[in-house]
Order: sequence, then structure tokens, then C-alpha cells
Amino acid sequence: MPGGSVEWQRRAVLVAAAGTVAALLPLTAAARDGKEVKVAVAANFTEPAKVIATAFETATGHKPVLSFGATGQFYAQISQGAPFEILISADKATPAKAIREGFAVDGTAFTYAIGKLVLYSKSLNLAQGDAVLKEGRFAKIAIANPATAPYGAAAIETMKALGVHAPLQAKVVQGNNIAQTFQFVETGNAELGFVALSQVIVAKDGSRWTVPAHLYSAIAQDAVLLKPGAGSDAAKAFLAFLKGPEARRVIETYGYGAGQ
Amino acid sequence: MLDWSQLLSPIVLTLKLASLTTILLIVIGTPIAWWLARSTARWKEAVAALVAMPLVLPPTVLGFYLLMALGPSGPGGWLASHWGARTLAFTFEGLLIGSVLYSMPFVVQPIRNAFEAIGDRPLEVAATLCASPWDAFWSVAVPLARPGFMTAAVLGFAHTVGEFGVVLMIGGNIPGETKVLSVAIYDFVETQRWTEAHILAGGMVAFSFLVILAMFVLEKRIGRRPQ
Repeated sequence: MPGGSVEWQRRAVLVAAAGTVAALLPLTAAARDGKEVKVAVAANFTEPAKVIATAFETATGHKPVLSFGATGQFYAQISQGAPFEILISADKATPAKAIREGFAVDGTAFTYAIGKLVLYSKSLNLAQGDAVLKEGRFAKIAIANPATAPYGAAAIETMKALGVHAPLQAKVVQGNNIAQTFQFVETGNAELGFVALSQVIVAKDGSRWTVPAHLYSAIAQDAVLLKPGAGSDAAKAFLAFLKGPEARRVIETYGYGAGQ
Repeated sequence: MLDWSQLLSPIVLTLKLASLTTILLIVIGTPIAWWLARSTARWKEAVAALVAMPLVLPPTVLGFYLLMALGPSGPGGWLASHWGARTLAFTFEGLLIGSVLYSMPFVVQPIRNAFEAIGDRPLEVAATLCASPWDAFWSVAVPLARPGFMTAAVLGFAHTVGEFGVVLMIGGNIPGETKVLSVAIYDFVETQRWTEAHILAGGMVAFSFLVILAMFVLEKRIGRRPQ
């Protein structure tokens, strides 16, 4: 019965349209109350950023919209006009470069956290992490792409400092960012990997070895106000909140050293 | 400073992956396509849908399941344990498995169409001439379906070259092993090495154009061929 089928289709379309409108209503209402802030967040800071964003939203009514990825990847996007208003970077160099090249507002960069590198495994005992690396009795070790992720660069530095970089090179697999690196270890595809302490601090199982700070250059992580957010009070408020005591408490809970 | 080896290695790797994938797919895909074309089983369309699924699934879905399946607690890890490895992820073999699944519809569909276009008649004629089904398949069906095989090979090869999401999720970015062309381009873009990115990306644009052009020319020639 073709007539009935057309009628049915029309009804389905109407129902779908009504459903879409109903689903979008709360969104538009939220947008009226507070302003959106588009924040690019380095993958290692994913968990604390979510907690801080929720606290910020409760305190101010503004709505942070978080995107997670590798710092280098964000920089490439920002340099091509991505609409991010804030960059929460995994390093100091990228915000400085963004200011130098005119993509960020001068004088707004500050260190919000000092990142800590850990070696993490689900299957190996890492009580003596350096010894495990030197023995090399594993097939794959995951690191973040050192060209784009500061934790990846720190992992390379650490392996060089321990004198294991050359022998382990054939076993290294690279995650596109620190989140994917963690996922390689978490799924067991790599026996161990260099990740951010913040990623494993809440993990109940697995073994970890906190890499001594003298083995790699400190991972000072800066945040900066980007040009699209220069005129936004909400964006400035978010940066101020990130500097404040409430955010700092969250940052320290996740195993970072305090920033400025 | 341009480092040509960094450009060459992903190209060679990609060509190797795409060639092997295409060969494997012709071998695996032909019996599947034959069955799909000839079988009268009621559930054959369900199998056809299964084969075609990578067309609509986001590569991340395939990548996620593959990462689980290739890993130590999946069948891939079980397989790898036979030669002392723990996982098939981060290996060329792992990429090959992923590519075969990912490009399968592009190979099976054209071959199936070609087999279906032959119809029953030539095979019946072959049977009356006392050809065994096996003989009829090789000396009647396959030659008649040749255009379908060519389309399948071109599409399977090209689609594997264009693969990105799956490789990114199961590859681990190892130069010479899993760092294929699309991932290399992504890396160059992320690190703002745009000269290299331009060379590879431009090459891909030219390659895709040639492939599609070849397809159209091929189809036209076949279409004109007297039956």
C-alpha cells in the first residue's frame, strides 16, 4: 500500500523534527544564560580539565566547551583560524609561539601545572622501572609522538638519559597523543608506556614507576588566551578560574606540580 | 631541509600494503562474490550486508574493534603467540588484516555484479558441453567477469591507499612498518612541515584523479563492448 507508506514517512519525519527541536531547546536556553568558551585542552590534562570546567560552570554559569588533542595538532589548527578561545597546552613553547606569531594575546600565558611523567604497565611489575627498561624484556613500549606531544619528547629524553633509547628504538610504538598512548597500554597491546601521571593516578590496577625529575626537562604546562577569545569575558574568567585556588586543588589532586 | 627518505618510506610501505591487500582480497573475495551471485540461500543478503558494512561504519568503529581483537586478549594475540609475539597491533600484518576488512566491499561488490551479469545461460551451455562446474568457473565465468575483476582491483587498491582512521588507531606510527602515507601526511601537518605535506598530499590528489579517470575510461570501454 504505497499511499499508507508515504503517510507513514511523513509522520516519521514530523516526529523526528519535533524530537530534534525538543532536544535542542535546553541547549539554546543554556546559551542564553551564560556564554560558551571554546577551550583546546592538551590530552594529558583531560580529566582535571573536565572537573575544573564543571566547577567553573557551577560558579559562573558560563559553559566551557572542551576539545582534547595533542598540543601540536591544536597549534596547526589554531594557526589556520580554529575558533578556540583558550589553549591549555602541554608545554611552554607552544603558547609562547602562538603569542609570537600573533595567534594569542600577549601577557596572558601562565604556567598552570608541572606535568609528571610515569612509566605504566598492566602486566609488568615496575617497582624498579629503570631496571625493567634496561632489561628490555617486552615487545612494545608506547610513547606519545615526540614531535607533537611534550610527554613524548620527555619519554625520549628519559630513555636517552638511562642509555636505553638505542636498544629500545625498535620496540617503540607512538600514540598520536598521550591519550592514545595510554590506550595502547590499557588495552595490553603495548606492555608498558610512558604516560602522564594524571592519567593513571586514579587507576586501581597496573603498576607504575614515577620517572625521577632529573631524567627529563620539567614539563611546564602553560595556558594562554587566544585571539578569538580576546574580547570574551567568559574566556578571561575561565583563565582566572584556572589560576585560582579551587582549580589548583584539582590540579594537585591529579598529580601535577603547582604552577605559578 | 627536505628529507626524501621520510617521504619515500611511507610511499613504499603504502604501495606494499595496498598491493598485498588487493591480492588477498581477490583471493578471498572471489569465492564470496561467486556465492553471493549464484546462491539461492535466503540469508545471503545478510552476508552481503555484513561484507558491505565497512562502507557505512566509521573507521573508528573498525579501529576500536580491531585494537581489541588484535590485542593480547583477542584472537590476534592468540595468533601472535604462535611466533612469540603478544599482539598483532602495531605490525604490518595487523594493518593487512585491517585493510582487508576495510576494503572488502570495494572488491566483492564489483566481482559479484560481474558474475550476476553473466547470467545462467553461458554456464548452462558449458555444462551441456560436459564442462565440470570447476572448469566452467575458470574457463567461462572468470573470463567473462574480467572487467569486474579489474574494477575490483583498482578500487580495492585505491581505497587501501586512502585508508587513515583504522591505521591511526591500530598502527602505532612506526616508520617502515605502519607509518603509511595518510598517517605521514597527518604527522607532517601537525608538525607544520608543510612542504613535505604538500608534496605527499599533492601526489595523492594526482593519484586519486588518475585512478578515478582510469575507472571511468575502463567502464566506458566495457560498456561499448559488443555482447
